[in-house]
Amino acid sequence: MALDDLYREVILDHYQHPRNRGRLEPSDVSVEGANPLCGDELAFFLRLRDGRVQDVRFDGRGCSISQASASMMTDAIKGKTLDEVRALVAQFKGMMRGQEPSSDLGDLVALQGVRKFPVRIKCATLAWVALEQGLDEHAAGRPASTATTETEP
Amino acid sequence: MNLGERVRDDFPLLHRTINGKRLVYLDSAATSQKPRVVLDALMEYYHDYNANVHRGIYRIAEEATARYEESRAKLAAFLGAARREEIVFTRGTTEAVNLVAATWGRANVGPGDEIVLTIMEHHSNIVPWQLLAAEKGARLRYIPVTDEGRLDLSALDGLLTERTKLVSLTHQSNVLGTVNPVRLIADRAHAMGAKVLVDGAQSVPHQAVNVQALGVDFLAFSGHKMLGPTGSGGLWARYDLLEAMPPYHGGGEMIMLVTLERSTYKDPPHKFEAGTPNIADSIVLGVAADYLRGIGFDAITAHERDLTAYALERLRTVPGLTIVGPAEPVDRGGAISFTMDVVHPHDIAQVLDQEAMAIRAGHHCAQPLHRRFNIAATARASLHLYNTREEIDALVDGLHAVHRMFTRSPHPV
Repeated sequence: MALDDLYREVILDHYQHPRNRGRLEPSDVSVEGANPLCGDELAFFLRLRDGRVQDVRFDGRGCSISQASASMMTDAIKGKTLDEVRALVAQFKGMMRGQEPSSDLGDLVALQGVRKFPVRIKCATLAWVALEQGLDEHAAGRPASTATTETEP
Repeated sequence: MNLGERVRDDFPLLHRTINGKRLVYLDSAATSQKPRVVLDALMEYYHDYNANVHRGIYRIAEEATARYEESRAKLAAFLGAARREEIVFTRGTTEAVNLVAATWGRANVGPGDEIVLTIMEHHSNIVPWQLLAAEKGARLRYIPVTDEGRLDLSALDGLLTERTKLVSLTHQSNVLGTVNPVRLIADRAHAMGAKVLVDGAQSVPHQAVNVQALGVDFLAFSGHKMLGPTGSGGLWARYDLLEAMPPYHGGGEMIMLVTLERSTYKDPPHKFEAGTPNIADSIVLGVAADYLRGIGFDAITAHERDLTAYALERLRTVPGLTIVGPAEPVDRGGAISFTMDVVHPHDIAQVLDQEAMAIRAGHHCAQPLHRRFNIAATARASLHLYNTREEIDALVDGLHAVHRMFTRSPHPV
């Protein structure tokens, strides 16, 4: 079990130089994610236009894996339709459960190495669990709340 | 040869290698490693005299009972108790605190009463009192913590009132390492008519603790942090308090006479030990106490103070590292928590694990304390008698490597 599998260069790069960091106000979707056990916190802000993610920002603090995953996610969803974003969330969560991704996930594939470190998987999925909850709340017209990996099955 | 080097051969697990490297175990505040005499005594019980206690009229049951009660007497002497009946075996500190909350607490705390805790408590010395306070309409108040990681005793006057029923505090913080002035606080609490419970989970394994010198009413402690088995530990309480307290769990072993309508109970400590107790581990806890006494707390405390001073000094050389807790080795034990500016504690622990180093990362069951310092988590290295300066050196080298790894810039954006 090599440490390089976990701390791939692209992950350290996103951790040290996070993309799309900040807040968007007003935003169409805003959601927070928290892992109370390790104190990781993330907040996402999405602006939508014509059913696409026109802009996205994230804020938060936590370990390199949680922050890098959030940064990579914002890069990956920008410009995508909400259906495409949901498909990507499903692909990513599937990959973290051990399935081979069926489409090209780009940089996100680097997070596959986290699977070898079971206690860190929730660090990688926190951003995605939060995003999915934000989209669900947006679709249902509910106000924003806080998502947590602890309620994931 | 210093103490750490001298005793290492007594601890088989410390010879384990991981990734081809000798294990460096720096998480003794979570649980300690066990000396061979403890492992042998566990095997001996199951191998030679496994039987239930306090009932069998046969040889091995008598042996088990005698060893179980002998261990109680050893622990009473170990803690300076007035009599052996003041020791109640529990699963550890958590159960001991819950026992006091559920028995003494229910009988003595009422609406409007106050329980004084500190911000630096482990969750096990907060949550049982929250449950009791919610049930009784009592109120919890907290002694604040200074930026240096000490109790702010200037707040005591305002916190201790005639409404205070109990002051419950840790003797030695599992995060900050701070050793609290228990005697001073106990005297002030007693002057207001309050009782005092001390959480000895982190002090009993590392310093000579005498309950009478401490001047407290209850002391909770864990076996597994003092070189004994998990699931062992106990509560010490003054005998008159134990006598007046209602039972904890109901069941066998704790009764004198049971009718369909009511029961009468045995005298302490048996009143609080319903059901078949943790016989093996409680017996072996006495063996662990013997081992510690054999080495002597003068030597243990001196060695750990030397290691702690050395670690605090060497950790200052690590870029971006901040100690959370007293930075000087005065009135502090060997639990050393820290943060690094650019690296999250989980990442620190993960990288050190690759070097066969075991440290802890997280909130260490002390979320309110971390919130006080506006941090979500810390990394913690914690020492015991078997650690050495070479292990501190390995830790410091490892932390330098962690810092390099997370500050190298592969390709700036």
